[in-house]
Amino acid sequence: MSSRTLPLLFINLGGEMLYILDQRLRAQNIPADKAKKVMNDIITTMFNKKFLEELFKPQELYSKKALRTVFDRLAHASIMRLNQASMDKLYDLMTMAFKYQVLLCPRPKDILLVSFNHMDAIKDFVKDTPSILSQVDETYQQLIEMYTPLCNGEFQLIRQTLLIFFQDMHIRVSIFLKDKVQNSNGRFGLPTSGPVPHGTQVPGLIRIFSCTGEEKTRLQFNNGGNYTSAIREGSFEIFGDRVTKLGTNMYSVSRPVETHMSGTSKSSTQHTKVNTAPNPLAKEELNMLARLMGGLEVQKAGSSDTAFRVNLFATDEEEEEALITRPDELSYGIINIQATKVNKNTLLLLSCMAII
Amino acid sequence: MFHKEKSIQIKNSASALYNNLSVLRIAPRRLTYFTVVHANVVNMVSASWDGLNYSHRQLQSKEPNVATSTSLIMQAAFCVLPSRELLVVTSQKGIQMYESDGSIMVYWHALDTPETPTAQAVFARGIAAVSENYVCVGVSSGAILVFDIPSKGSNITLSEVLEEHKESITDIAAECSGSQECVANLVTVDDGGSLCVWKSGEEFQLLNKIAGLDISCSSVKLWKGTVVAGYGSGQIRIYEAVTGILQSEINAHARWIYSLDIAPFSGLLLSAAEDSFVRVWHLSVTPETNSVEVAHLHNECVTDTQICGAKFCDGDGYAFAVTGYDLSEIIRYTQT
Repeated sequence: MSSRTLPLLFINLGGEMLYILDQRLRAQNIPADKAKKVMNDIITTMFNKKFLEELFKPQELYSKKALRTVFDRLAHASIMRLNQASMDKLYDLMTMAFKYQVLLCPRPKDILLVSFNHMDAIKDFVKDTPSILSQVDETYQQLIEMYTPLCNGEFQLIRQTLLIFFQDMHIRVSIFLKDKVQNSNGRFGLPTSGPVPHGTQVPGLIRIFSCTGEEKTRLQFNNGGNYTSAIREGSFEIFGDRVTKLGTNMYSVSRPVETHMSGTSKSSTQHTKVNTAPNPLAKEELNMLARLMGGLEVQKAGSSDTAFRVNLFATDEEEEEALITRPDELSYGIINIQATKVNKNTLLLLSCMAII
Repeated sequence: MFHKEKSIQIKNSASALYNNLSVLRIAPRRLTYFTVVHANVVNMVSASWDGLNYSHRQLQSKEPNVATSTSLIMQAAFCVLPSRELLVVTSQKGIQMYESDGSIMVYWHALDTPETPTAQAVFARGIAAVSENYVCVGVSSGAILVFDIPSKGSNITLSEVLEEHKESITDIAAECSGSQECVANLVTVDDGGSLCVWKSGEEFQLLNKIAGLDISCSSVKLWKGTVVAGYGSGQIRIYEAVTGILQSEINAHARWIYSLDIAPFSGLLLSAAEDSFVRVWHLSVTPETNSVEVAHLHNECVTDTQICGAKFCDGDGYAFAVTGYDLSEIIRYTQT
C-alpha cells in the first residue's frame, strides 16, 4: 500500500519504547547517570543518519517479525539488557499504544501530530546533549519535508496501511483498561461524543439548493451522538502546540506498565493462519538494517559491571512465569539473521558499506 | 425501522479499506454472496436465504512471481452485466477477474509496477460494471481502465484507458446497465475530491468534471442521473450528473465516510463511516424539475467499530449488511 509508512511506524513505536523504558528505569531506581546513558545510546542509534536515510526511502512495510527484530536490536543498543519475556511485553505495549493512537486520530493527518508529540518528548530526553539534539532536529525537517505536502487521501492510505499492520491485535494493557479506553475484550472504545475533527461539521444538517445555487430548504436530523464543534488545529511545524494528547507520555513512576495474557481474543489466532510464506524481501532489508545498526559505534555490553538488566514485570518470578505462559500465537518468532539467505543485491550493498 | 439479525461469521477480520463489502443476490438459487477483504485475502461467504447453510471460500491476491512481496488487496466487488456476473479483485499488483462464485479466475491484468518502490504507491481501486459489456477499474495514477467483457469465456480485453484524473481513483459507480438509455452512466472520483461524469461507448465520452475541494471522495453512487458522493470530511454531497449542479449538502458523519449504497427501487440511501454510524436516508429525484429531496430515516451505531463497508442486500433496501475494521463478522439488519 503506501510506501511512506515505515518512518512513521518506526518513530512512533520508538517513542513509545522510550516512554516505557524511561518509566522502568526510574521505577527500578537505576542510577541517573546509567539511565541517561541508556536513553542517549538508544536515541543516538534510532536517529543515526545512515539508518534514517534507508528508512525514509519509499518501501513497503516490514513484516512483524522483521520489525520486532529491529526493535530488539534498538533496545540492546546500550548497557541495558532485557530478558525475552520483558522484551515481548515491551513490544506488546509499544504496538498496542500506537495502534490506539492511529485508531483514535480524528483525521488521518493527525498521525503526523502524534509523531510530533513523540519527537517533542524525545527532544526533551536529549536536550542536554547537543550532538544527539541536532540529529533529532534534522529528523523533524525530514518529516516535515516528506509529509506536510501530502493530501488527506494519501494520509488515509498511510493510516490504512498501519491498520493492516495492527490488524487483529487485541492485547489488553492495564493502563488502557484502567482509563476505560480499552474494553475487557481488548478492543478500543470509540466515543460518539466530543469535538469533531478539524474540517468536519457536526452532523445534523441537510441543505437543499435550487439550480441557481440558493439554499431552498434546511432540515435537521438527530445524529445519535453528542458531538461539539471542532477545536483549533495542532501545529505541523518544528515547534508548536500539537493540541492532541495522543502520542504524549501516559506513563509515570506511579502508573505501572502491565499487560494481560490470559483470555486474549480468538482473533489473534485467526490472524496467524493468514500469514503466507515468509517475506524474502523483508528479510533482505532486515539484514541490511540490522547490520547498519550493529555496525554503529555503540558501547558493547562487554564490561559486566556497567551492564544491567531491566525487568518489565514487578518481580523476576513474574517475568519467568510470563515467558512460560505466553500463548504460542503471540510469539514474535525473531528471525535468525545468520540463517537467512542473502541475495546478490544485498551482498553488493553490504560490501559497499564495508560491513562484510 | 431496522432491527439487527444474526451476524455471519467470516474467516478473517475486515481490513480498513473503502467500500469493503460487496453483495450479490442470486435469486434463482435463493443465495446471497458476500465478499470482505482482509489484507491479501478475499473472504467469500455464500449464505442461503433460509439461514441454514453457509459456505466459505478464500481467494488470494495473485503474485506475479515468488520473489516479490505480498500484494495487498484494495477492493473486491461483484460486477453484474446482462450476460454474466464477475467478481473483480484489485490489488497492488493488478486486477483479477473471477466467475462470480470465485471458482475460476478468468482474467489477470498486471499493473506497471516499478522495480524499486516509488513514493507514489501503485495499486488499482474502484470497480464498476458499466452498460452491457464493460468493467471499469481505477488506478492510483488516476487512470481508468475500461475492459471489454464478452458474454462468456475469458477473452477479456483492455479496450480504453481514460486519463482525466490527476489523483488516485477512490471509487467508480455506474447505472443503467441493460437496455435503458441514459445520458450519463458512469461517475469516477478521486483522492482530491474531483468527480468525472462519463457516457460509455466504443469510446467513452467525458460529459462533466466537477473540481474537488481537496477533500477526498471515498465513495460514490449514481442513480437517476444524480451523483451521491461521500467525503473524508463526513459530508455527503448530491450533484446533478450532467450539469454538475450541487443539489444537496448533508453534514452526515463525524468522521471519514467509507461506504455509500443506494437501493435503486426504493431510493433508500445507506452511508457508513469511521464514526461507528450507519445512517439510512430516503432520496427522491424528480428529473423534470431537476430537484432532489433528502430525508433522514434511521441510525445504527456499531459500538466501538470503524465501519468500512455497508451494502443493501436487495434492490428495495429491505435488508443491509455492514463490516467493520477488526471485526470477523458481517452484521445484518432487516426492516421491521
